[in-house]
Amino acid sequence: MTGLSSSFPTDRAALVAFVTGGDPTAADTGAILDALVEGGADIIELGMPFTDPMADGPAIQAANIRSLSAGTKTADILSIATAFRERHPTVPLVLMGYANPMTIRGADWFADACVNAGVDGVICVDIPVEEDDSLGDALRAKDVAVIRLATPTTDNERLPEILNNASGFLYYVSVAGITGLQQAAQASIEEAVARLKAGTDLPVAVGFGVRTPEQAADIARVADGVVVGSAIVEIIAEHGADAAPHVKDYIKSLSDAIRSAR
Amino acid sequence: MTKHDKLSNSFRNQPDERGHFGQFGGRYVAETLMPLILDLEKHYRAAQADPAFAEEFDDLLEHYVGRPSPLYFAERLTDHIRKEAPEGKGAQIWFKRDELNHTGAHKINNCIGQILLAKRMGKTRIIAETGAGQHGVATATVCARFGLPCVIYMGATDIERQKPNIFRMRLLGAEVVPVTSGSATLKDAMNDALRDWVANVHDTFYIIGTAAGPHPYPELVRDFQSVIGREAREQLLERTGRLPDLLVAAIGGGSNAIGLFHPFLDDPDVDMLGVEAAGHGLNKQHAASLAGGKPGILHGNKTYLLQDEDGQIDEAHSISAGLDYPGIGPEHSWLKESGRVRYDSVTDTEALEAFQLLCGTEGIIPALEPSHAIAAVAREAVKMDKDQIILANLCGRGDKDIFTVAEALGTEI
Repeated sequence: MTGLSSSFPTDRAALVAFVTGGDPTAADTGAILDALVEGGADIIELGMPFTDPMADGPAIQAANIRSLSAGTKTADILSIATAFRERHPTVPLVLMGYANPMTIRGADWFADACVNAGVDGVICVDIPVEEDDSLGDALRAKDVAVIRLATPTTDNERLPEILNNASGFLYYVSVAGITGLQQAAQASIEEAVARLKAGTDLPVAVGFGVRTPEQAADIARVADGVVVGSAIVEIIAEHGADAAPHVKDYIKSLSDAIRSAR
Repeated sequence: MTKHDKLSNSFRNQPDERGHFGQFGGRYVAETLMPLILDLEKHYRAAQADPAFAEEFDDLLEHYVGRPSPLYFAERLTDHIRKEAPEGKGAQIWFKRDELNHTGAHKINNCIGQILLAKRMGKTRIIAETGAGQHGVATATVCARFGLPCVIYMGATDIERQKPNIFRMRLLGAEVVPVTSGSATLKDAMNDALRDWVANVHDTFYIIGTAAGPHPYPELVRDFQSVIGREAREQLLERTGRLPDLLVAAIGGGSNAIGLFHPFLDDPDVDMLGVEAAGHGLNKQHAASLAGGKPGILHGNKTYLLQDEDGQIDEAHSISAGLDYPGIGPEHSWLKESGRVRYDSVTDTEALEAFQLLCGTEGIIPALEPSHAIAAVAREAVKMDKDQIILANLCGRGDKDIFTVAEALGTEI
């Protein structure tokens, strides 16, 4: 078990904030990550850009293209993570992305890179538990959390397989679909979180389609974490290199709502 | 030799139970799709064990598609090549005429199989990606035949160069969605089809057009396309009393090639050549994943991909929209590494020459995809003895390509 799961607050839900690394350029990401922390985000998800982000909606697709078009390399993402860890020694940092950029130099190489950059956990969108050996073993060997995704299509029979060897937290993708487009009904989220929590002691964070402080507060009443991504990425799309203060204000609105939810 | 030894020496018993062809293949999909993929596999196993499924498939192939497709000895092409060959050289060239299928390509074989699976699974909506438009037309065709709504994702670049097929798909009742992300070609169409699928898992069946994607697609597409090789084997034995010395087929994702090759994989004397698209040349922009790529993970499977050192996918290029894909079916990656099949490549220019050669010598207008195979056939035939046999798959007809060819030749239609 890594320290990631114990970093969740006990008296309220955690705010998990996602941005695509290198968007709009690698030089801008540091200030945006600082804004997330200053605004009140508890856990940072740093997206590794990929040319073919199949699970992402238009907002994050565009962020991937902006980042890659600006010349962002894997080395830049790792440098961003390393520098973040130096500035924020205790804020949990998770890398999120797709299998090919993570495994192209070998799973062991990537696991070492995560350790060296101070990364606490990894979410790989397109490595389901069936292909866990192509990355999971290497990460666990280096004590990097392997964060699994559960979805509305994950039934009770499959859930134990997903939880086996999972660590950090469980990410509940509340909508069967791509990122950023629609939000699940609160009732279905509540039912799902109860079902997941019955199966695991890991914190359960809920994401996909969360935009407003009200939505964040509703989820924060029942889940251990609220994940916000596309809405932040849209602010970066609008303000580019000047996005940091706008991101901070937005994150603060979510953080305040979450802190007063329970 | 024990039964076990026999099995382990076979090239025809892939993939393993996890859908791996050696290190390739697998199921690299988002969790939302995983239960559906497992369900598809379960239904496919049940269909394989159900004689009624095979019966309906065979019946539709015979009476709707028009199978078996002819096996044709290309006498004038053979003579033409012999004229330029050294003394005693110039193999006999035979074509498997899958361009004579309903809808004009081999793609329909697979679509019939998959729509029957969709029906068994109770799915009520069909999606597909298409490059050249042949798979889109074939999918729209079976959807019309079975009365199911159909959405086809197609790259905006491909839409521009395959206008006749867009009209065909719309006539058949399909909705064609232009994809503008990325390079706006086949890989991007596949991304958007996957995004649609993940949002509509409850009622939608994704008819993948090539022997790629997550397990069990590479296996089931191969199985449905293997009718090509089974027929060809039987037909050639009946006509000549022997097996071919060399099989040749073009490869984008590789479904027509695996369909031809697979029934012959355990015939050690049958040599096989897969032909990738070298586009402007292997040192420039091309679509030859085996020649110019390395193993990676995309679109649900591990396979050879055109990519940079960070694993970012490169844009492919071929004059043939159907070959314009930066990956290849995982079984081909495995067959390459195992050494069972040779792979070579043919440029846009060479394919255009072969296109015209077949028009002039045999009165057959081939699609640009098999034109790549024909160019390789001409290259190989001059090196082989006169009594040897090359069997190539003519996997599509060229009506759809006449505008592209006219433009390349500087002719106005």
